[in-house]
Amino acid sequence: MTSSMLFNVTTFTYLISTVVFFAFLASKNKSLGLVGSYVAYFGLAVQTVAVGLRWKESYDMGVGHAPMSNLYESIVFFSWTIVLLFAYIDLRYKYRIIGAFVLPFALLGMAWAQLGMNTGIEPLVPALQSNWLLYHVITCFLGYAAFAVACGISIMYLIKTAAEGTDSSATAGGLMSMFPPLKVLDDLNYRAIMIGFPLLTLGIITGAAWANYAWGTYWSWDPKETWSLIVWFVYAAFLHARITKGWVGKRAAWLSVIGFAATIFCYLGVNLFLSGLHSYGK
Amino acid sequence: MATTERSFIDTVWDFFCSLKLTLGLLISLALTSIIGTILPQGALNPQYVASISQAKLQIYTKLGFFDMYHSWWFIALLYVFSLNLVCCSIKRLPHVFKFISDPTLVLGEGQRNSFSLKKELAFSGPVEKGKERLSEFLGKEFSAPVVTEHNGEYHLFAQKTAWCRLGVYVVHLSILVVFIGAIIGSLAGYKGYVNIVEGTSVNSFDGRNGQRIPLGFDVLCEKFSVEFYPTGAPKEFKSILTVLENGKPVPGYSQVKVIVNEPMSYKGITFYQSSYGPASEGSEHFISVTPRKGGAPEKFTVAEGALGTLKDGTTFRVLEATQEVRQFAPGFSGPAARIEVTRKGAKPQTYIVFKNYPEVNAQRGDDLIFGYDGTNAKQFTGLQVAKDPGVWVVWLGCALMVIGIFIAFFMSHKRVWVVVSKGHARMYGNASKNQAAFQMQFEDLSEKFTEIKI
Ligand code: HEM
Repeated sequence: MTSSMLFNVTTFTYLISTVVFFAFLASKNKSLGLVGSYVAYFGLAVQTVAVGLRWKESYDMGVGHAPMSNLYESIVFFSWTIVLLFAYIDLRYKYRIIGAFVLPFALLGMAWAQLGMNTGIEPLVPALQSNWLLYHVITCFLGYAAFAVACGISIMYLIKTAAEGTDSSATAGGLMSMFPPLKVLDDLNYRAIMIGFPLLTLGIITGAAWANYAWGTYWSWDPKETWSLIVWFVYAAFLHARITKGWVGKRAAWLSVIGFAATIFCYLGVNLFLSGLHSYGK
Repeated sequence: MATTERSFIDTVWDFFCSLKLTLGLLISLALTSIIGTILPQGALNPQYVASISQAKLQIYTKLGFFDMYHSWWFIALLYVFSLNLVCCSIKRLPHVFKFISDPTLVLGEGQRNSFSLKKELAFSGPVEKGKERLSEFLGKEFSAPVVTEHNGEYHLFAQKTAWCRLGVYVVHLSILVVFIGAIIGSLAGYKGYVNIVEGTSVNSFDGRNGQRIPLGFDVLCEKFSVEFYPTGAPKEFKSILTVLENGKPVPGYSQVKVIVNEPMSYKGITFYQSSYGPASEGSEHFISVTPRKGGAPEKFTVAEGALGTLKDGTTFRVLEATQEVRQFAPGFSGPAARIEVTRKGAKPQTYIVFKNYPEVNAQRGDDLIFGYDGTNAKQFTGLQVAKDPGVWVVWLGCALMVIGIFIAFFMSHKRVWVVVSKGHARMYGNASKNQAAFQMQFEDLSEKFTEIKI
């Protein structure tokens, strides 16, 4: 068995989970929700094994390194952390329906990685040969995943306010009744960001520490660095917005969505559209 | 008059204390920072200058867009940001200290209604007894209470981790500490660059704006080498450096290996492996020419580009050479040279000759086999040189920030009041963060509370 086979299984499993969650949304059948969750857990387990296996395979090839060194590996890790956080929220808060808004992010990531990218294991170029790579990538991506979850929850919030604000027709009201109450969504959004923000902060700090260690400059306004700071500003604004009246609820949800859009740009856009130190090895 | 002046100052003060300003600043910083990630920063390349209109170029330059993170208005934003932070703290900190040091010991009637967490216990014993029994209970199960008598009732107040309300201010302070570190670095530190040819030493380097800065000691490059993976991707760039004081190696700083991600620091100055290249002066290549029909090889030593002439009038020259051919010719390794051979009366031919593959060399040429025996050419190592005495202040700020965020997010100030009156006692609870977790703790406490017999 190879890691790449297992990654294909993972992708397929997330696809099934997403479909089941959508069916759950449409049918309001509780047992479908349960199935959706279990399928997602199964995918998570397979993916965990696959990541470990890929790690081992790299050592077998004589270029051993943690599987977080290029765009492909980082996307895979990103998907893994998203599902991990979903599992945490599902087990802890029992709002399974969130899966319908979070699993698609993980599916999208895996599908793109498996179908559109070079999946080969590559040796590390000198610039990446450092333990800081591991600390930096893990903290950043755990943070990103928390923001993805917060974004999914905020989208639910916005849908729910829109539906309840305009009319309370039976179908909309029925569907909306599956969503957690607005107050809960708002709170979960805040909680997810409360996990993401410290991790992003750590991610920026470990990045700075690494840059200082490897190049002698902890901050050089490289586009990737700057974008991570932009993301940090947005979420700092979100945190302060909660303390100021008039910036809660809908506006906070929008800030969370914008924050995640900035996160995605920081992660992908910078590599695709802008140039700098972080462009992954071509 | 005086009152309007006063109110003007008040308005300015309130403006700098306000969270609206904070939000505005955070969003402005986020939005303006984008400019510098889209437009090129620093020295502009001529291609870019040619690609945009003169008017745009002038406006952007005027606005400092090409060095925007050091432009007056961006720095000004950061100053206002700091000012906002300082003012806001000055305004709020005294309240927070008072809140911690001088807590609400007595709960008024109105306040009691505002609690979502409460529990009542009926008892028939005397109030004093209830007070003692419940003080003991709180001390054992939660934290030792302060007891206040008020209008014939006893108010027991107990709290935990009140100081965690300061976490937010630790975060805010940490931002200022990072700024201070950055300012120290920009005033007292420097960055630069130096090339050292193998076997030679330097005692100064090029600063950012081109001036030569003395190091105060010498750095000798003993050797530079590059290793490659079988795929041709670089694996390691390695310089062997020795620090010299008064011409003598410094113990512990002799033959230090410096690779990317493993710099060398001496006297606060750090050297980072950054680039490399061939040294231009005085390099010669060793070429051997063997007749195909057999015989002793003829050996030549030629400078790059210079003409070598064989006995039969054939000329050749080394066009270029490399000490590691892998990146140009995957599958091959070691030194190689591209040579141009001109037989008498014929057109020049060029081909590559290797040091490690004589059999490949033998497939080239006519009745003369050219071989490459290497070079006495030296390489230079390119080192980034940096000194930043502010960096530790920055790390201190970062550590404070992480600790502060942890305190602010994950610790909560928990308070419990018990009001003991004739016939009953009422318990109230409140937490600054994570109400759900505290609710469970409070319910646990309530259970034990209701079992108390007085
Ligand atoms: C001009 C700058 C800033 C000002 C004036 C400011 C002001 C404030 C104020 C008044 C609070 C509320 C404290 C309370 O609970 O009573 C707060 C909370 C907080 N601030 Fe700031 N702040 C600023 C910048 C920042 C930045 C850049 C960060 C980024 C790390 C930050 C992190 C926090 C955190 C983590 C909280 C706690 C939020 C929560 O508990 O949800 N602040 N800030």
